[in-house]
Amino acid sequence: MHQRRLWTFLFLIIGTSLAFAQEVPQAFRGATVYPIDGEPIQDGTLIVQGGKVVALGKTGSVAVPSNAVIHDVKGKVLMPGLVDTHSHIGDGSGGDRSNALHPDVRILDAIDVRSKGFRKALAGGITTVNVMPGSGHLMSGQTAYLKIRPANTIYDMLFCSDPVNGICGGMKMANGTNSIGEKPFPGTRAKSAALVRQLFLKAQDYQAKVKAAAGNPDKMPKRELEMEALVQVLEGKRVVHHHTHRHDDIMTVLRLAKEFGFRVVLQHVSEAWKVAKEIAEAGVPASIILIDSPGGKLEATDIRNENGVELEKAGALVGFHTDDGITDSRLFLRMAALAVRAGMSRAKALEGMTIAGAKMLDLGNRVGSLAPGKDADFLVLSGDPFSVYTHVEQTWVEGNKMFDRGNPEDHEMAVGGYDVFRRSLYLDACEGGAE
Amino acid sequence: MRMRRRTIVTIMILSLLILSSLPAQVAIKGETVYTMSGAPITNGVVLIKGNKIERVGPASQVQIPNGYKILSGKVVTPGLVDAHSVVGLAGMLNQTHDQMQLEKSEPMQPELRAIDAYNAREALVEWLRNMGVTTLHTGHGPGALASGTTIVVKTVGGTINEALIDSGMVAFTLGESVSQNFRSPGTSAKSVAMIRTEFLKTQDYLKRKGNKDPEKRPAIDLKMEMLARVLSGQTKVLFTTQKATDIMSALRLAKEFGFKMVLDGAAEAYLVMEEIKKAGIPVILHPTMVRPGGDTRNVSMETAAALQKKGIPFAIQSGYEGYVPKTRLVLYEAAIAASNGLSFQEALASITIGAARIIGVDKRVGSLEPGKDGDVAVFDGDPFEYTSHVCGVIVNGQVVSEICR
Repeated sequence: MHQRRLWTFLFLIIGTSLAFAQEVPQAFRGATVYPIDGEPIQDGTLIVQGGKVVALGKTGSVAVPSNAVIHDVKGKVLMPGLVDTHSHIGDGSGGDRSNALHPDVRILDAIDVRSKGFRKALAGGITTVNVMPGSGHLMSGQTAYLKIRPANTIYDMLFCSDPVNGICGGMKMANGTNSIGEKPFPGTRAKSAALVRQLFLKAQDYQAKVKAAAGNPDKMPKRELEMEALVQVLEGKRVVHHHTHRHDDIMTVLRLAKEFGFRVVLQHVSEAWKVAKEIAEAGVPASIILIDSPGGKLEATDIRNENGVELEKAGALVGFHTDDGITDSRLFLRMAALAVRAGMSRAKALEGMTIAGAKMLDLGNRVGSLAPGKDADFLVLSGDPFSVYTHVEQTWVEGNKMFDRGNPEDHEMAVGGYDVFRRSLYLDACEGGAE
Repeated sequence: MRMRRRTIVTIMILSLLILSSLPAQVAIKGETVYTMSGAPITNGVVLIKGNKIERVGPASQVQIPNGYKILSGKVVTPGLVDAHSVVGLAGMLNQTHDQMQLEKSEPMQPELRAIDAYNAREALVEWLRNMGVTTLHTGHGPGALASGTTIVVKTVGGTINEALIDSGMVAFTLGESVSQNFRSPGTSAKSVAMIRTEFLKTQDYLKRKGNKDPEKRPAIDLKMEMLARVLSGQTKVLFTTQKATDIMSALRLAKEFGFKMVLDGAAEAYLVMEEIKKAGIPVILHPTMVRPGGDTRNVSMETAAALQKKGIPFAIQSGYEGYVPKTRLVLYEAAIAASNGLSFQEALASITIGAARIIGVDKRVGSLEPGKDGDVAVFDGDPFEYTSHVCGVIVNGQVVSEICR
């Protein structure tokens, strides 16, 4: 059984590289297309080639190359692959609790690309994901922005080209109760903020020394992994992804970001509805999560499904995340629908699942909408993106079909069954500190 | 002057109180009324007088008498019935003081009564009620060989006495969770041996109790008394098992000791359909969206459809959640089943009349029929659609929510 899956996997890789080699254009014809950065197109055609979107428009108005493979997707809905700004798939972990702050730790050193979590994510239409270490630290490490391509090693999934010195993800931070604990962890909220400020002051110092060295290797300070990563944060190259729930903790994040001038995405933001105006005025994006009922986590009991509409009204950029295993990657679209139920506009909810998330990961030029030149990551849906009866039928990543509900193995991945996930995905995710 | 104003205010408050305590008279109009006791009615009306349903029929035949409070919506269904939850014993805050669903001092304590632990004013009860759940089978949770009893309540009332409508079952569990909560049993086989031992003790207790010489009768033992109720068929066992191996053990135990049983959870039921069907045991199925992990690692969203196809009576439950979210909502769970092979009506039955039958309260709730409790949910669209809202909830003839959620 397992051997058969391994062969399938290898076949997928080989098959995909062949497809790349051929670079035959493909035309998807007849669907309702949601480009996201434009009005929905009824009876649209999407042309992809070489892993990129080549053209899209009304069927008939788009030139279909004579050698194109034609896919009839009449009656279906096409939209960009979903962007999950906060997930714990991939069986990785970051900080090891020896310290409250681990800016030097990279989750990309710990991700298992063969984890079933990635296939679950594809079944839910997720093509781009920010895999993060957990929230049990003030700073639990560097996150990884991944494209769920066929992968033999982590390099096949990264967006960055230099996994050692490049910016391959953001920086995970947290405040509130998760990162409070026994020494060396802070015991209070104020102490949490003080520890973070002290470290950023040190990083500013380091940054000044680097600047003073003006490229002269003899004058450069001693290399420090923690400081190097934080300088990237201070320079705005590495975005902070900040777990935060309560209104006062949200304000603390905004205050710290302003003091040190770093770029931040608020993650969870359970009480965003209380401080939506402040979030919008700070120009800080917020990635929200919607859950089936309130309760379970004391500092987050005041979470509201209205967070989406309140942030939208205030004018903030709103994205969504699964926090898998808190919510299931296979049901990610459901979250946008629940936000619509609570009053968010359909357009902003769709943006939240795609381009807004892409912008939060500095990937807005690559993914999150269907436009010529962008990555050919898209979904074939059986119907309205917000309907419970709609299924993700196919998930395409850079022009390759990575999930097909019509294929029995993929179907199992979408609905579950005996020995489908083999490992306990939820428990694995919890060990990573999912919140 | 001041006195007069105070008098007027007092009179107004008094008359409001009198009005609200009058027998409720409510008419609910629906573009589609799913009675769950026959075909859906287009442009239907449900009349409620006092706490009971008075009449149900098409608007052309059912006149709404004067003085009835009128609610209307696109879709009208019976109040939802959650076939298994721990809400009321488990609370929203997830702190020691509001988590009363599992006593961990011993693995076998069937004598613990849910009526002694149910908090009718728990915020999650109100939350479920506002989302259309009017009947709740709740109580001691999974995680012990026998954790205590369950109860059937309405999601209204300030005390257990006002909420209670039926005595429920005794909650048994086989699976990894039991071994996680207790030092022993550490294995499934030991769990079964321990349960068998207790039932053998009960048989002996009953024999000694029947002794003609009162001196030789045993002292009243609460645990034995509860297990004796199970052996005599007065109380059913709610047997939580997820893995096929444990389901088979539960079926074997029920046969050996002849007790009445409802299978609960049953994540791997699809592997042993024939055996469940042959035993004639109904299933209260896990939440469709339960996380695949531990005992539920092999869960499938298509099991509800498979049970339906096999002709095994089943209901869908909200289950137990230890963290976030603190409870699930059967409406959402049935919706996922409806998008994975169940028809709309079958999915709706699994959280209304089908659920009521399995928990033994179908004479009172679960369908819209004259004489049944005035429990109704009103929706502004297909109830299963994420983007529809629950816009009205009536329990025992009282309108408890009119806000679209």
